Amino acid sequence: MSNPLAIETQDVRRIYKIRGPKTKGEPTTRVALDGVDLQVKRGELFGLLGPNGAGKTTLIKILATLLLPSSGTARVDGFDVVRDTEEVKRRISMVSGGETSGYGLLTVEESLWMFARFYGLENKVAKDRIAAMAQIMGLEERMRAKISDLSTGLRQKMNFIRGFVTDPNVVFLDEPTLGLDVQAARDVRGFVRQWMDDHPDRTLLLTTHYMAEADEMCDRLAIIDSGKLLVCDTPANLKRSLQTEAVFNLKVAPLGAKPKDGDLLEAVPGVSRVNVADVNGHTELALTLRAEDALPEVLAYLTRRGSSLIALEKREPTLEDVFIKVTGRRLDQAADAEKAAE
Amino acid sequence: MAALEKDIIRSQERVKKLHGFALFWAVVWARAYPRIIGALRQKSWLFFETVFPLMGVIGYIYVYRSVNAPQEYIGFVVLGGAMTAFWLNVLWSMASQLYWDKEDGNLEIYVLCPAPMMAILIGMAIGGMLMSATRAAVIIIVCSLAFGVVYNVGSIPLLIAVFLLTMTALYGMGMMFASVFLASGREAWHLANLMQEPIYLVSGFYFPVKALGALVATAASIVPLTLGMDGMRQLLFPSEQATGLMPVELEVVLLILLGVLFIGGAYFALRKLEQIGRREGRLIERRR
Repeated sequence: MSNPLAIETQDVRRIYKIRGPKTKGEPTTRVALDGVDLQVKRGELFGLLGPNGAGKTTLIKILATLLLPSSGTARVDGFDVVRDTEEVKRRISMVSGGETSGYGLLTVEESLWMFARFYGLENKVAKDRIAAMAQIMGLEERMRAKISDLSTGLRQKMNFIRGFVTDPNVVFLDEPTLGLDVQAARDVRGFVRQWMDDHPDRTLLLTTHYMAEADEMCDRLAIIDSGKLLVCDTPANLKRSLQTEAVFNLKVAPLGAKPKDGDLLEAVPGVSRVNVADVNGHTELALTLRAEDALPEVLAYLTRRGSSLIALEKREPTLEDVFIKVTGRRLDQAADAEKAAE
Repeated sequence: MAALEKDIIRSQERVKKLHGFALFWAVVWARAYPRIIGALRQKSWLFFETVFPLMGVIGYIYVYRSVNAPQEYIGFVVLGGAMTAFWLNVLWSMASQLYWDKEDGNLEIYVLCPAPMMAILIGMAIGGMLMSATRAAVIIIVCSLAFGVVYNVGSIPLLIAVFLLTMTALYGMGMMFASVFLASGREAWHLANLMQEPIYLVSGFYFPVKALGALVATAASIVPLTLGMDGMRQLLFPSEQATGLMPVELEVVLLILLGVLFIGGAYFALRKLEQIGRREGRLIERRR
């Protein structure tokens, strides 16, 4: 317990071989993680925020001993994930979104008991803890149901019980609310936050591509894109870093033909960043200005382009704005780009 | 009560966990459990696994009867038919199991948790063996009563030893194949299909294996069922001693060696599998 860091990585790289036939000149490898340095303190709920394909799951798998880094070092709860695999395994657990583990003919209770035994829980301890956790997760009435009969939400609650019932020091949650309905996702988030409050010495690393989830849950978070950690701070500090600027959402009539480079909206004096999306016959602009007084210039520009203002909203910066600032694109655009690159 | 249950989870007191052999044993039974309970829970399984296999065995019995083969041959078929239960279980529920587990996302959890993988495989084997024994017992009891098979057991301890050694070596082979099937990258059922029928032939499930010729029969002895069935036939039907492949005592020694070979092989294959899985980032994880 003397080490204040629960998770520590130094210059972790992971390179995958690209399988299958390739044409001449096509790359044979793909860099999934590129020199990741990360420090997570004991007791933190730390988030890794990034689009699909950014390297979040690769990093979590390295930390959970499922994957070797190509280079660099990683330690979890004070143990090296490459050399001290067994020590790390005893101290961690992991729950992934969309998990379908277990055997369909077993009941929820039996399935959880089986996994608890795999972690070395004594029989009675396992049964007591499973019953207690089922009650907290609101699953107590389905404990005798076969797991093949569970809905996605209930199945994920079961997976959560599996992950937490073994009393881990460090928990990895990989996109834990993926595919869940609003209520189930809220229950899961509530449980995680409560567990962290009850166990201030435990650590939780969460990966997500849901901005609101990261904002709501995490003590600190890092934004990861294309295998690199770009920024790392508390959600409040990250958003505060944008507060010297003014953030507006504009809904405007469709812009005319794209002008030459010198006459883009980004070139208007005072415009820091802009993101354009065509939605249902109009255009939405996410606009970050260096100062509010640049707004008239922007409106004049829109008029020149043959557009007109439909609605304007000034808003507080969000993690989405932080993401745009550090990557130059929106999270959904980044996900599309990663998908195309794979 | 509710508050008390929540306190169990909210308590900051650490949970004591099993280590070493205690953990190994707990994992063996935890993994055997779904095999046993799962099978018992499928009512249709009990019917299909016991009644249908009888038909195939009875078919062979009528073949032997129609050609007026000696009565011992009916006994050979009954024993071979009973042992098919174990062979099919090894092929489809041991050798292919890690592949199914990967597809279901269980393998990743097995590798992630501190449970020894050998304990997980042994648990699978024990669970599968117990359930296959049900099918084997039904075949032996029903066919023996219906067709008047007479057993003249010379040495019951030796018979039990041959059976247990055969099971150990056979399930050891299944444990080793579990990693080999997974690492081969092919769909597991293709490999299982590939092996199922040829082994029926070369191991002599429905005839004395020596009929294949000493060379083929000896080569087929790498499959523990070949030696096991030959040994048990010699012990159950004394007239078979003349047509046995080799002395039972030698078969016992060879079965011990095969058991050591396959279980040792399973251990190393699992370690290799984990290494490849961690190095290449595949094999273990489910394709989403």
